[in-house]
Amino acid sequence: MQIILALLIGGAFGMVLDRVGATNPSVLGRMLALRSLGLMKAILLAIGVASVLTFGGQMLGLVDVGHMSVKATYAGVFVGGLLLGAGWAMSGYCPGTGVCAAASGRRDAIVYALGGLLGALAYTLSHDAIKATGLLANLAGGKVTLGKVPGTNYESLFPALPGDVLGISLGAVFIVVAFVIPEQIAPKDRVGVHAPF
Amino acid sequence: MSLSWKLGGLLLGVVFFAAVLLVKPIGVSTQFVVLDGIIWDMINPDIIVDGPEGPSSPNSYLAKEAKDIANPLNYNFLFVIAMMIGAGVSSYLRKGVAPHEANLPELWEANYGRSVIKRFAVAFAGGFIVLFGARLAGGCTSGHMMSGMSQTALSGYVFALGAFLAAIPVARAMYKLGD
Repeated sequence: MQIILALLIGGAFGMVLDRVGATNPSVLGRMLALRSLGLMKAILLAIGVASVLTFGGQMLGLVDVGHMSVKATYAGVFVGGLLLGAGWAMSGYCPGTGVCAAASGRRDAIVYALGGLLGALAYTLSHDAIKATGLLANLAGGKVTLGKVPGTNYESLFPALPGDVLGISLGAVFIVVAFVIPEQIAPKDRVGVHAPF
Repeated sequence: MSLSWKLGGLLLGVVFFAAVLLVKPIGVSTQFVVLDGIIWDMINPDIIVDGPEGPSSPNSYLAKEAKDIANPLNYNFLFVIAMMIGAGVSSYLRKGVAPHEANLPELWEANYGRSVIKRFAVAFAGGFIVLFGARLAGGCTSGHMMSGMSQTALSGYVFALGAFLAAIPVARAMYKLGD
């Protein structure tokens, strides 16, 4: 059953990523350069919709809170985020969109994925040394949510706030922001601009 | 046809919700480690060994994924394979990526010209940095940013802050030309 779900959900995910333009590095580059934000709007809407459905479903008893999986917070999350962001902008691919772009017929994405395999290997070999620096030590309690989610053992940053209501509220904020931000940003004067390499 | 941001975002949100409803939140970057482990184990079978509690590894980081490496037909790995099939089918149905565009994305070419080697070198370096960063952070755009923030996980917000803080200035510096 799990295998069938992997094929169905994974297949749908890959298909939507491709059709929303996320497998196209030019779309990603324009989004991250704040030139054209259509994909950003889609991402924000997706986070909002998933949040409202997840927490709304939990409140109605339709969603098993045991399926939640909250990752730990530590300094490496921020540092790793910085690294990922820089490489994301350089290549136009994140791990999921990179493998999908490779499958969609982009050869530079195949090269990206090979670089990714080497990067993951480099991390695998240096994990113990990085751990010794304290970069992986939990901050703010590690696996924490913003509000207290009923039925979970996760600690929360703001225990007084009901996590499910907060989740729906933040989801609504993401949806509103998705609608409010502009789709196109007027190009600035680009005369005399030189690319760094 | 490509999707509008509204329909695309809605469908993407439903997919992330379906994953949490039926199985667990979506994540991708760990599977790069799993594939590394599978390849490493083909070259040197001593890297994945049978321990008292199932497959294990002398490498402390691979040990966490040893079960998935020993049995690639698991949910997590097949999920990523299925993503690729889904994207491949979608691309085929929209007549795919043009041969020229397959090596040189149009925004890249507008800024850096027609050297395929240059594009491949930057794509390779980008992939290296992205996956090293994702494993350091414990997740990527899917696992931390989309799954994490939609579960109100603090780590998702910390990760997204770092990612955009680096990505926006780098992209603004790199992609100034082109329509």
